[in-house]
Amino acid sequence: MQKRNKIKIIGINPRRFDRSQIKFYLYLLPIVFITALPIIFIFFNAFKPLDELLVYPPKFITLRPTLQNFRNLAATSANKSIPMSRYLFNSILSTMSVVLLTLTITVMAAYCMSKRKYRLKNMFFNINEAALMFVPVAVAIPRYLIIFKLGLVNSFLVHIVPLVALPVGLYLIKQFIDDFPDSVVEAAKIDGASDYYILRKVIIPNITPALATVAILSFQSSWNSLEASNYYINNEALKSFSFYMTTLTANSGNANGMVGQMTGNTVAGLGIQAAAALIMFIPNLILFIILQSRVMNTMSHSGMK
Amino acid sequence: MKNKQWIKKVKGYFDHHSIFWLQLPFLSLFAVFIIIPVLIAIGLSFTDFNSIQKPNIVGLGNYVNILTDDAIFMEHAFPNTIQFSIIVGVGGYILSFFLAWSLAQITKIPRTIMAIILYLPSMTSGVMLSTVWQVIFAGDKIGYLNSILLKLDIIQKPVIWLSDDRYLLLIMIIVSLWSSMGVGFLAMLAGILNVNKELYEAAYIDGVRNRFQEILYVTIPAIRPFMMFGAVMAIVNTFQNGSIGVMLSGANPTPGYAGQLLVTHAEEYAFVRYEMGYGAAISVLILILVWVISQMAKRLFIDKDR
Repeated sequence: MQKRNKIKIIGINPRRFDRSQIKFYLYLLPIVFITALPIIFIFFNAFKPLDELLVYPPKFITLRPTLQNFRNLAATSANKSIPMSRYLFNSILSTMSVVLLTLTITVMAAYCMSKRKYRLKNMFFNINEAALMFVPVAVAIPRYLIIFKLGLVNSFLVHIVPLVALPVGLYLIKQFIDDFPDSVVEAAKIDGASDYYILRKVIIPNITPALATVAILSFQSSWNSLEASNYYINNEALKSFSFYMTTLTANSGNANGMVGQMTGNTVAGLGIQAAAALIMFIPNLILFIILQSRVMNTMSHSGMK
Repeated sequence: MKNKQWIKKVKGYFDHHSIFWLQLPFLSLFAVFIIIPVLIAIGLSFTDFNSIQKPNIVGLGNYVNILTDDAIFMEHAFPNTIQFSIIVGVGGYILSFFLAWSLAQITKIPRTIMAIILYLPSMTSGVMLSTVWQVIFAGDKIGYLNSILLKLDIIQKPVIWLSDDRYLLLIMIIVSLWSSMGVGFLAMLAGILNVNKELYEAAYIDGVRNRFQEILYVTIPAIRPFMMFGAVMAIVNTFQNGSIGVMLSGANPTPGYAGQLLVTHAEEYAFVRYEMGYGAAISVLILILVWVISQMAKRLFIDKDR
């Protein structure tokens, strides 16, 4: 019995609440609250009517929620030649393409690097592991030159193509496939299945957590991406929603901030920005909440050995 | 009949070379957008390329200039980067390990909810960051921080936080720390949750006395691979966040160079002054720095066992 008591203090992943856990709540709750605060502010601001945004001292909580800011957001863009829905459409289309393409090409490469034997295999994976440390902003110049040379400037493809090769995606999927038994793959091979068949019918159905995780990561990188709209696209009709958002914040230093000059400094602008930020943020949030248990499952394979 | 044979032949070809065809799309895009840019950056860093004239080779000239002649680099960009990376990189890393460990001590449902909330900010990259934080740091009296400080009589008139060179770096650090609980944090949390409980039992029998020793002698060694992954993610995140000062203040260079980091320094030279060769040299220094720090982390977490 005495041993039992001793083991009770080992608290990793407890099943039920115990009084000894209170001390963790004591500091976790404030930290979590502070973390959530800025997001809560944006939430309230997005639904505040104009006079509540103007009031001094500012009220944190929205007393009379309204959709006025969202209507203003749509109206602001209607003043220009391109409606907001166009930016939104561009973002949705490019993000969906990026996610689908990323998953497809990543899982194909990861399967080979995990389950097939060939020369250079380890070299490829080691290079990819080094590329986890790759900081895209550091090579903005050569990327620009390459995209220019490939003739991708001012084409919709430039939203998609540069984002598709995602080293962290390959890393996570490969680690996940590593833990899938080789014997199953071998057996399928002996039965005469081709690699394509094994990939489709054996591997992919068994690695959905990793696919979900990589889908989230590539969704985020594409949905939030500004690079293409800022540097490579001049045609306003091809730019993304995240770019449209920067034009709403007047001090974004953006040359195209025409709308920003009209709205950013005014209080109405604050509400419009909050509404736009919310539209940007909600898809991320929903996707992550739906997929979080799969993400955690994948992450338990993520260790670097 | 002939048609069928032909299809079989094609299929046979693809089956035989499946490794090549399966990897081709990833590897070619990987090469074009990751490997080649790095090589070009290295190449450009030895030239005086300015995007208009034909580049001349200047050897190590750019690097020598950065290290000896670049006042902004020496007085602002470099020290700012060191300060920023130590607090955001190292501090954020320790914080995310500590939070992950704490979350592992409580029951599943509150843990999941809190983990989601802590992870949320890392999804708000880029534009959203500045919008979200402008509500708080707005320069007029309606800004939340200003209004609170005015009410408490700590300040007499509103402070334009995001354009003030005294506060910009501090605000950048706060905002980056806020958004640093990303993938690495989730990986460490998953790692801690999967540690075999018997390890703890054995350790307590072997004389581990308190929670601190438990972390040091059981948890960290058991999740070393996850610590490593978390470290790499923290390092990358720190440098990837480098343009946060520009986003918050809305100008490159940042006011009084207060928020200038290596990344924004390179961007300023490349896209504001069009001295692309010089900008590329700074980029190469960033990549080297990231690589060196990662190797140090590797030594800490991986080589110990071998």
